[in-house]
Amino acid sequence: MTTLTLAKAINEGLRRAMEDDPKVLIMGEDVGKLGGVFRVTDGLQKDFGELRVIDTPLAESGIVGTAIGLALRGYRPVCEIQFDGFVFPAADQIITQLAKMPLRSLGALKLPVVVRIPCGGGIGAVEHHSESPEAYFTHTAGLRVVACSNPADAYVMIQQAIRCDDPVIFFEPKRRYWEKAEVDTSPEAAAGWPDLHTARVVRPGGDVTVLAYGPMVRTCLEAATAAEEDGRSVEVIDLRSLNPLDTALVTDSVRRTGRCVIVHEAPVYSGFGAELAARITESCFYHLEAPVLRVGGFSTPYPPSKLEEHYLPDLDRVLDAVDRCFAY
Amino acid sequence: MRTDLHVSGRALAKEDLLRHYRVMRTIREFEERLHLEFATGEIPGFVHLYAGEEAIAAGFCANLRDDDYIASTHRGHGHAIAKGCDVKGMMAEIYGKATGICHGKGGSMHIADLAVGMLGANGIVGGGPPLVCGVGLKARVTGTDQVAVSFTGDGGSNQGTFLESLNLAAVWRLPVVFVVENNGYAESTAPRFHQSGIDVAKRADGFGLPGVVVDGHDFFAVYEAAREAIERARAGGGPSLIECKVLRYYGHFEGDQQSYREPGEVENARATKDCLLLFERSTVNAGIVGEDELRAIDKQVLALIDEAVAEAKQAPDPVPADLLTDVYVSY
Repeated sequence: MTTLTLAKAINEGLRRAMEDDPKVLIMGEDVGKLGGVFRVTDGLQKDFGELRVIDTPLAESGIVGTAIGLALRGYRPVCEIQFDGFVFPAADQIITQLAKMPLRSLGALKLPVVVRIPCGGGIGAVEHHSESPEAYFTHTAGLRVVACSNPADAYVMIQQAIRCDDPVIFFEPKRRYWEKAEVDTSPEAAAGWPDLHTARVVRPGGDVTVLAYGPMVRTCLEAATAAEEDGRSVEVIDLRSLNPLDTALVTDSVRRTGRCVIVHEAPVYSGFGAELAARITESCFYHLEAPVLRVGGFSTPYPPSKLEEHYLPDLDRVLDAVDRCFAY
Repeated sequence: MRTDLHVSGRALAKEDLLRHYRVMRTIREFEERLHLEFATGEIPGFVHLYAGEEAIAAGFCANLRDDDYIASTHRGHGHAIAKGCDVKGMMAEIYGKATGICHGKGGSMHIADLAVGMLGANGIVGGGPPLVCGVGLKARVTGTDQVAVSFTGDGGSNQGTFLESLNLAAVWRLPVVFVVENNGYAESTAPRFHQSGIDVAKRADGFGLPGVVVDGHDFFAVYEAAREAIERARAGGGPSLIECKVLRYYGHFEGDQQSYREPGEVENARATKDCLLLFERSTVNAGIVGEDELRAIDKQVLALIDEAVAEAKQAPDPVPADLLTDVYVSY
């Protein structure tokens, strides 16, 4: 076991993946010499060289498109999109090419591209630098979409994403980059890794299920601790994978608790929570004691720093939703 | 070059020269002060400083009318000041306050004021060039003689949007000027890693529009190139691309460790080719402007920035209800 920040855990995961497979390479803006603006690729160019850790022009569409070409020719490129908002210039290649090309080849073509996106707010940045664009990508068939929430998962999930033969959109909670935890980096531990696309109960409980992913997992765990003082037993699930979704684990939990609250930073309207709520309603209808409730951002571009604490779901808003669940 | 400087200096009336100096000095003081204030932790978010590049914003905006438009970048304070945005309102905006020019909703990277033709700073590199094509097309279609200028960095010049815009503007013969502020680094990455060709201006050739390179530290060189391009655009002669070679004095953003720089790079630029230094040397040496007159402006500018910071610190924060306004025209 070693103590790592989330950023360092991804760094170690990338390093391990590059050591394991010479076809893995990294490309992105300032990822090489600088080591990335969040230092996630720190030291990798020094150790693996400029041909495997590539500083690119500011050209997100070109970065992803090039990665597609590399993947067509047998490589496993990992693209870093510097900030969430910068993925929109790359959305063209991601949605029109990356997500579609395997289908055109009737499955013969594999595109093992990972697009890493630091996402979410909480660092005082504004629009383009604090966004949660996951629903655009979960809506796009052909992409796998995952979101890590803690260092231990991040270390494992980035390696699994790289090994995956399909394109993976990999969300990293940027405000949690500096949070530390124990990570088992021993090669033997790999045998016990859960599948990339499994959810996990991170806090068991019996009264209500709270679903979260990425940066909101910790917020929900704190809410669950607070709710315990009020005598409420909150089960928190870290979804980890948004597409495909671990429907079985979610269904099992909600059928047990009869109540469900979904929490994400992205605006509630047409957010990923809408898909979750619809699915849970379909699969748990006769078990539900209350409507599935959602907690998320408001329908506004991501606000500037002085307002972001009001925008971001916090402990109070999660607890309020939990309370409302019990009002039915 | 010094001769040109000299001649250009003489071609400008004294009051104009003092006005241009005041713009550059205001930008410089604004940025130097932000550099200090940011270090205290009181300024939220990201701040990208324009110090070192003042001659470009000042040189272009000096040739624009109030009803002309500019589109800016993430490094937009200089453009905003030069186009006439209220300095105190800008400072309050950067502090995230309700009294800010965008009511605290934009911050440093999204300052906009359409009343003075400032379409906005922009958090997306390459976000601005297509916008000025639209503004330019409107001017052409309705027969006004307005001009639109987009500022882009060397990094932004590699975005598809920039190259698409060059083509659109050339095909439609738009009254637009594309300015590339080549400040030496795309964020932290030097040109040899990200830029094909020595001059971005050469890309203009391929699209059939004039492209020139000027020294971005030299106000008079920028002013002359800007004047020619803007007059051509206004007269229906179509778009131009002007690349200004320059060096930014601070990091890509405040807090940037700048490990990518050569030793002494900034110190050398500040000592030998600083735009304010060059401007002062040429105007004072030519006997047009007195040193005391420049120092008087310095003093006034300093007082303005002091006031702007003091007022910004005292100003109220936006209230939570502000989150849900202005997203749509009507609800």
